[in-house]
Amino acid sequence: MQMPSEKIVASTDLYSMKSSTIRTPDAEARPVRVKAREVCVFYGPKQALFDVSIDIPEKAVTAFIGPSGCGKSTFLRCLNRMNDTIEGARVTGRIELDGDDVYDASLDVVELRARVGMVFQKPNPFPKSIYENIAYGPRIHGLAASKAEMDGIVESSLQKASLWDEVKDRLQEPGTGLSGGQQQRLCIARAIAVSPEVILMDEPCSALDPIATAKIEELIDELRENYTIAIVTHSMQQAARVSQRTAFFHLGNLVEEGPTDQIFTSPAEKRTQDYITGRFG
Amino acid sequence: MNTALVAALLLVLLGFAYQMGWSRSRSLVTGGSKLHSRPSYHGSLAAIWALLPALLILGLWALLGTTATRAYIIAQLPPEIASLTGADLAGAIARIRQIETGFGVLGETAPWENAAAQALREFRLLTYAVVLAAAAGTGALGLFMARRRITARLRARNEVEGVVRVLLIGCSVVAILTTVGIVASLLSEAIRFFTFVSPVDFFFGTVWNPRFSSVGSGSGDYGLLPLLWGTLMVATIAMIVALPIGLMTAIYLSQYAPPKVRSTVKPIVEVLAGIPTIVYGFFALVTVGPFLAAIGNTLGIDIRATSALTAGVVMGIMIIPFISSLSDDVIRQVPRAMRDGSLGLGATQSETIKRVILPAALPGIVGAFLLAVSRAIGETMIVVLAAGNSPYLRLNPGEPVSTVTVTIVNQLTGDTDFASPQSLVAFALGLTLFAMTLVLNVVALYIVRRYREQYE
Ligand SMILES: Nc1ncnc2c1ncn2[C@@H]1O[C@H](COP(=O)(O)OP(=O)(O)OP(=O)(O)O)[C@@H](O)[C@H]1O
Ligand SMILES: [Mg+2]
Repeated sequence: MQMPSEKIVASTDLYSMKSSTIRTPDAEARPVRVKAREVCVFYGPKQALFDVSIDIPEKAVTAFIGPSGCGKSTFLRCLNRMNDTIEGARVTGRIELDGDDVYDASLDVVELRARVGMVFQKPNPFPKSIYENIAYGPRIHGLAASKAEMDGIVESSLQKASLWDEVKDRLQEPGTGLSGGQQQRLCIARAIAVSPEVILMDEPCSALDPIATAKIEELIDELRENYTIAIVTHSMQQAARVSQRTAFFHLGNLVEEGPTDQIFTSPAEKRTQDYITGRFG
Repeated sequence: MNTALVAALLLVLLGFAYQMGWSRSRSLVTGGSKLHSRPSYHGSLAAIWALLPALLILGLWALLGTTATRAYIIAQLPPEIASLTGADLAGAIARIRQIETGFGVLGETAPWENAAAQALREFRLLTYAVVLAAAAGTGALGLFMARRRITARLRARNEVEGVVRVLLIGCSVVAILTTVGIVASLLSEAIRFFTFVSPVDFFFGTVWNPRFSSVGSGSGDYGLLPLLWGTLMVATIAMIVALPIGLMTAIYLSQYAPPKVRSTVKPIVEVLAGIPTIVYGFFALVTVGPFLAAIGNTLGIDIRATSALTAGVVMGIMIIPFISSLSDDVIRQVPRAMRDGSLGLGATQSETIKRVILPAALPGIVGAFLLAVSRAIGETMIVVLAAGNSPYLRLNPGEPVSTVTVTIVNQLTGDTDFASPQSLVAFALGLTLFAMTLVLNVVALYIVRRYREQYE
């Protein structure tokens, strides 16, 4: 394992913290879960994404980085077809989840979104109780046959999101009453509750303070054991800390993607190099 | 007084004062000092100081001018006319005024009348000139003082802000005082009514039969309950029609409709709100009433053409845009993140609406609903024409009813003697109506406000 060279400026000194987290050098060797080929996205007449092709491996964290407006969120939303809910958005190309075409007419988008969960930039708990927030998904998909079973799902989801200890005595209080970091973990728990295979996170920490951010990062690292995760982040250090693979987007193009170490230490493209050393973005 | 001329003069004064304040403060800048406020504020302040005294003088004249002129006319009249009273004196004065302006003079004019009119003409011209001169003079004085005050340190911005604030407070005070005045007059007349009829008989009486005032005051029954019952029945039917249709329209428009459809359908629905209620009234009378009666006939139910049902259904149609428009607004206020969060968990659109959007928007929708109810309760023309005006306690909505509003119309049209309970009861009814809608509005506002706090 190679440490970042001096090419990376001071702003990435947090990167060195990564040495403590476990690396999975075999991330590339893992089976591919999501496969995108020549994906283009248009918002009305305007093209936002140009021929993006990428493989997202199982049980690893893939980070999408790039300057604002480069299409990271747009690409993430393609993977669970949340772009369908945006007026005038059009997607071309092919996206496969376990070999099935996600945009195939025969695929049920409801089922897809149950398999590919999403956590948003701003915590968005429903204005319901903590319990109801978690129970929402399982109830819709009929995952619990009894109250006891539902209680079990709620507890295990909150535990996986390492929120259980903080909220176990106040499950009936509104989810909107939690702190920002707790709300975001609640949203992660909510996504986990429907047992997705893939979890998409769009800047999950951008509204949080460093301590809450550290908690979420720790959580992401734990979730990696069981889930396939794709995360959008503006923080180079965060990408370095939590991800095994990194993809760099610029102006709607996927410029480069590969193992995180490699992207950060010896990127093939000059634009990637400039971005991670803070020369633009 | 020639208002156009006065207005033009005031405008000139305003422009001149503004210009003066502006250029004076400008010259301070070129003189090397740093202004506290920008020149435009100095200009505005000078304009305010020039305009305020002028307006004050004109306002005073508008207030006192008529009385002064009247006093002058009386002074011109021969003593035997001037000593007349009431309508005779008023007639004489009006006649002098007519001769003076030359409009609407009937019959021959007497020499003393002509003389008085001539004097009045001169008096008018004189006062006109005096008032104008006084206004202009005080205006100029104000301007002069304001101009002298201009220094680099003068906090013109803060002073202008202060004047604006006072102006705004004044306007809201007018609105509040008007409301208070209306309520006070309602209250005092209603209290007069209750000297004839005891409140218990009024609020709990089950018979409404006020007879005619010519039969003698105090006779007749003034039971509110049949009217209240009619009002509630019509309003309930209206809400049963309007709530589902309005709400579904709102859900469709806010959640399903593509922007193009939305931008055409929404204005069309809102046109419904712009139709005068009298038009709804005869629509009910001519079309809906007979139609409902025919349906009743085929079903073997007795539905009268003018009935609570007819009025309620048509009122419901009238209220649809009210509910749909308000609900549409509150539904769209539910943050998109809520919707995305639910859709992202694999919920369908209708599940999302049912489980997340509607519960989140519910307080706002309830607020819209209550506002709509208070509208239904206060609605008049539709029920006047279509409810049948029959103030009896009846359970069957297919029968004619009467409502509080209709009864007010009835009691106040035709010959009215405002000392009799037959007319005064209108104020008691109005007060009841006012109290009902007030409570509904307060509750609605409270709920809407609570709801706002959730997201802001
Ligand atoms: N709903 C939309 N309608 C029209 N254009 C959009 C929409 N959403 C995004 N875009 C455009 O698509 C491009 C990519 O946007 P996207 O949100 O994917 O960027 P991003 O990389 O996530 O940026 P950020 O880091 O600021 O979140 C931008 O140019 C943006 O203006
Ligand atoms: Mg984004």
